[in-house]
Amino acid sequence: MTLIKTSIGRRSFIKSTALAGGGMMLGFSWLASCKPSASELLTMPKEWFKINGYLKIGENGIVTIMSPNPEIGQNVKTSMPMIVAEELDIDWKNVMVEQAPLDTSIFKRQIAGGSQSIRQSWQSLRMAGATARHMLKEAAAKLWNVPVSEIDTEAGVLFHKKSGKSAGYGSMASAAAILEVPKEVKLKNVEDFTIIGTSRNNVDGRKIVTGQPLFGLDYRQEGMLIAMIVHPPAFGLKLKSYDETGIKSMPGIKDVFKIHVYNDDYIKEGLDTITFNDLVVIVGNTTWEVMNAKKVLKIDWEPITTTKETKSMWGNTIEVTTPAGLENSDLHSERMKSTAISSAKVVRKDGDPASAFKKAAHIIERHYNAPFLAHNTLEPMNFYANVTAENAELVGPVQTPEFMEKSVSARLGLPLEKVDIKMTRMGGGFGRRLYGHFLMEAALISQKMKSPIKLIYTREDDMTSGIYRPAYQATYRAALDENKNLIAFHVNTGGIMDSPLSANRFPAGAVKNYLAEEWEVPSNITIGAFRAPGSNFIAGAEQAFLDELAEEMGKDPIEMRLELLEKAKNKPVGEKNDYDPDRYSGVLKLIKEKSDWGNSAPGIHRGIAAYFCHNTYVAHVLDIVMVDKNPVIKKVTAAVDCGIVVNPIAATNLAEGGIIDGIGHSMYSAITLKDGVSQQNNFNTYRLIRHKEAPKEIEVHFVKNNIDPTGLGEPLNPPIVGALANSLYKATGKRYYSQPFMGEQKIIG
Amino acid sequence: MANFSVNINGQIHSLDIDPTTPVLWILRDHLNLVGTKYGCGIASCGACTIHLDDKAMRACVLPISAIGNKQITTIEGLSEAGNHPVQQAWLEHDVPQCGYCQAGQIMTAAALLKDNPKPNEDDIDAAMNGNICRCGTYIRIKAAIKTAAEKM
Repeated sequence: MTLIKTSIGRRSFIKSTALAGGGMMLGFSWLASCKPSASELLTMPKEWFKINGYLKIGENGIVTIMSPNPEIGQNVKTSMPMIVAEELDIDWKNVMVEQAPLDTSIFKRQIAGGSQSIRQSWQSLRMAGATARHMLKEAAAKLWNVPVSEIDTEAGVLFHKKSGKSAGYGSMASAAAILEVPKEVKLKNVEDFTIIGTSRNNVDGRKIVTGQPLFGLDYRQEGMLIAMIVHPPAFGLKLKSYDETGIKSMPGIKDVFKIHVYNDDYIKEGLDTITFNDLVVIVGNTTWEVMNAKKVLKIDWEPITTTKETKSMWGNTIEVTTPAGLENSDLHSERMKSTAISSAKVVRKDGDPASAFKKAAHIIERHYNAPFLAHNTLEPMNFYANVTAENAELVGPVQTPEFMEKSVSARLGLPLEKVDIKMTRMGGGFGRRLYGHFLMEAALISQKMKSPIKLIYTREDDMTSGIYRPAYQATYRAALDENKNLIAFHVNTGGIMDSPLSANRFPAGAVKNYLAEEWEVPSNITIGAFRAPGSNFIAGAEQAFLDELAEEMGKDPIEMRLELLEKAKNKPVGEKNDYDPDRYSGVLKLIKEKSDWGNSAPGIHRGIAAYFCHNTYVAHVLDIVMVDKNPVIKKVTAAVDCGIVVNPIAATNLAEGGIIDGIGHSMYSAITLKDGVSQQNNFNTYRLIRHKEAPKEIEVHFVKNNIDPTGLGEPLNPPIVGALANSLYKATGKRYYSQPFMGEQKIIG
Repeated sequence: MANFSVNINGQIHSLDIDPTTPVLWILRDHLNLVGTKYGCGIASCGACTIHLDDKAMRACVLPISAIGNKQITTIEGLSEAGNHPVQQAWLEHDVPQCGYCQAGQIMTAAALLKDNPKPNEDDIDAAMNGNICRCGTYIRIKAAIKTAAEKM
């Protein structure tokens, strides 16, 4: 048992009357029966007793647990409350979940990003449950006049063995709520978990399958108007003038005006990225009316000039240059090639790579590239805003409410406590909603209209307004001696306008002579974090290169990796290696066993890849069969080490999604540019993976251990790209270096 | 503007509206039936799938003037208690991740099973290929359709 110091704040209101007092609601256990049985119905309490910011207990024993973080499909709304419920020791069927308000005085890191929700809140969620359990025990001990150490709990019931006394949590909640918060509490042993590690269905599942309002786009208020923006048709253009004649008299149209989103003297921070700062706004009664007006609005655009801007990036002040011009994908490719040669900076160097390459018997050098990608959350960018002179109420999908609260407060000149951001369920995030400019735009539109509004991006607005996954290139080189031993390794990589390099990752640490270099190409195409930033490209390139290297060395690709990891473990080169060779080897050994590596059936072409990012270790084996000369993905087997798996059914779902996402983008997707214009603006031109193209089967295996959990939102994507490229090679005899791997006509599936 | 009387989920609604208005926006903006989602506006993603009589249709490109006497069913009206076999199978397989596309997926799947109660893999792929799931729940969707088919 772990004893930990608590750091939990006092609650502001201890008792509240239940809004739906006396009613009934369906518990999560309600599944497939036509008529839920009585045991599946929860009776709503008449009163709630707030034990701490994370939970309140009704007088009848029903518990409401707050889910602190934004829900983007990673299922934290179920898994985070499960952790609280575990330590509280309550039956899950008596739990209700609510999306918590944004409150940084209670909750830690209310962000959806970096696969960190579970990892970084693990202790605070456990503490919240354990603290409440302890206070309930104290209340019972006082009432029964026995030592608190003699009180036990089980699934929402307190009992005292010696006297035979017992009571439900509900009956002790009012007494517990007024007790002092204990200074330290005991946490459960991992072996005693009864909720964590068991599969619990999505708490919003029923609402989703019956079409209940959950998402930002579904949110509405009385008197709310609909707003849309018109942004320049090309990167490198800005608003010159517009002519609203005829628009304002169109049916349902209320106003047409310009907004200047961020003030010119505002020092932007990392998540304040915006592509087009001057926008034309159309406001009307209904979406269709505004869409129609948008089609006929006449606007003149003009070229931007090259600008220099000071930005604050995580505390560092940097100068960012945005070049003028209408850019093309061909030009990008050329610029990346020349910059890689002319301007690469050394990030890590071990030994003497230059001499090693000079005396090498064999050198293998390969080039990899990938295009810009749009996030394409299926729910496009949108936000509700109601801004008055006194306060701002903002409701909708954003991954960084904590950050945007500050930006909005600064822009509107309202104190922080007068800016209220409410989180809705999000129709996908993938990093796109880390950048909340649309929330700022909604706030400014509402302020101008003096009315509640909802800003909606059309799909075309969403896909063509930038903040893309950067376009990347990488060159890998390896030097072998005459006995085909690896003696040097070199990676040179960069992109527009970002480098995907993580210089201290494997195989750094396993090779005596190692060189990692990076560079960036300036551009006016805006970029942003995209599910597994950097890794989503570099892992695939690296793992495809290691496959070729193993082949050149005459080794099995799994054995070759295991040998390198053994070196990194026993005699690591350098001190900054950021992976655990044992856990890395662990997923390789597990995938070898589970995929029955080396014994595949005839006609099955297999590729392997492994990667470590976002604190989680993953290995994949991907099986292709050729059908009518086309590759079909038959099966993917995955081995994952994310420590303790909180909710296996959801963890597996997220793993499957990550695999399909990684396959889809590397096979089919791209944003290409011609004269600054994105050549893809909707799903008829931007190809996303569809039903037919998904693997026929995915099998996910988790390493069983008691290590504190890490995340799953991102780590599954990056290595699948390598496994796919390596499998395609086995199936077609051709190496795949350029993403997307498949041209327009080739259908896989 | 023109007058329309349409049957949606068994209820008759009278609307005085621009006849080009797509059913999607009538459902969402005028009738507050927001289960039907906007994804692309060009019938390329399937998030807005509804039933027109028993056929799956994309509501984002379907003008109200084209409805006539046909009956519209949305996700809210697919079953009285949210217990259509497809909805139940979705819960059983814990299909959704973000959940945004799922109403459209369910409506397409329900129309498929009505038309073809025992679809094979190819039938499912063909019927579902117009419905994008950005989170990649395709494998669970297929498994849920098979479960629903067994129970229907």
